[in-house]
Amino acid sequence: MRRILLFVPLLIFIGLGYFLWRGLSIDPTELPSARLNQPFPQFQLASLTEPERTLTEADLKGRPALVNIWATWCPTCKEEHAFLNGLAQQGVTIYGINYKDEPLKAREWLKRYRDPYTEVVLDQDGALGIDLGVYGAPETYVIDAQGVIRYRHVGAVDAKVWKQLKQVMDQLATGGAS
Amino acid sequence: MKSWLHSLLLGGLLALGSVTAQATIEAYEFDDKATEERFQQLTEELRCPKCQNNNIADSNSPIASDLRREVYRMLNQGASDDEVIDFMVTRYGEFVLYRPRVTEMTWILWYGPFVLLGIGALAVLLISRRRRQSTAEGPKVGLDAAERERLNQLLEQDKKR
Repeated sequence: MRRILLFVPLLIFIGLGYFLWRGLSIDPTELPSARLNQPFPQFQLASLTEPERTLTEADLKGRPALVNIWATWCPTCKEEHAFLNGLAQQGVTIYGINYKDEPLKAREWLKRYRDPYTEVVLDQDGALGIDLGVYGAPETYVIDAQGVIRYRHVGAVDAKVWKQLKQVMDQLATGGAS
Repeated sequence: MKSWLHSLLLGGLLALGSVTAQATIEAYEFDDKATEERFQQLTEELRCPKCQNNNIADSNSPIASDLRREVYRMLNQGASDDEVIDFMVTRYGEFVLYRPRVTEMTWILWYGPFVLLGIGALAVLLISRRRRQSTAEGPKVGLDAAERERLNQLLEQDKKR
């Protein structure tokens, strides 16, 4: 019995070591979204491309889609823009939220780099961003046909990330059909 | 020519000054001292989601500045501290609280140390009691007859070798 007790410190050490080792591979900047599986926050904001038109959360409903938060001041947004263009060409619905940006610059950007977005919401003071829990552009959300947030990705969308997003969207598509 | 250059330099310096002034943390004015203190306390206890080892009072990242503005707006509208904290948690998650709320999930965090302290105290108590019991019986001094016999045997064996 006493002998077994001698092994307790070793066991504690192994347990501690396991957690610390696991901690090495965890990215602390990746936060779980508090908005997951909740309806898209309500908003009433102008469209970037047609400023006289008001968009609301109802405009994002209808089918599973991506919602991409972007801005011209964000270098990573530029990086992922070409990829988003490609997705739009494949027929993926992408809504844009132009986050804390200058509308003139943003419109210029869409003209120059092509516009992958079905609609672009103009969130100039970042209020919608705060409601979504955005803490840095770019962020990309997957929403279902009812406008419920199903997935969140922080950072650029590339082929690897898209695989994950597509999986979520496919699940929504088949889940919605049955 | 020289004065022209001078004014250009001065203008540049002024522009630079205004840029740094913008980058530092903005000042908010409050109706009363109590609200100001609540603002200070709230912004010190809310963590900046972008720059994770800062609270939103100390960080000059754009998101921290937005969140300060939001806290200010809510306090001016008469929101309670709990309402402000709920507002942040529904958007950014429990993560933004530097002082986690007491829920089933955080029980181990809040009460774990006391439980460990209790276990430690119990261990000390048990050990000291056991020691006292053994001293009460009195330490054994010397050898009894059987032991002396065995010792002699052993010593004999050694001599023979």
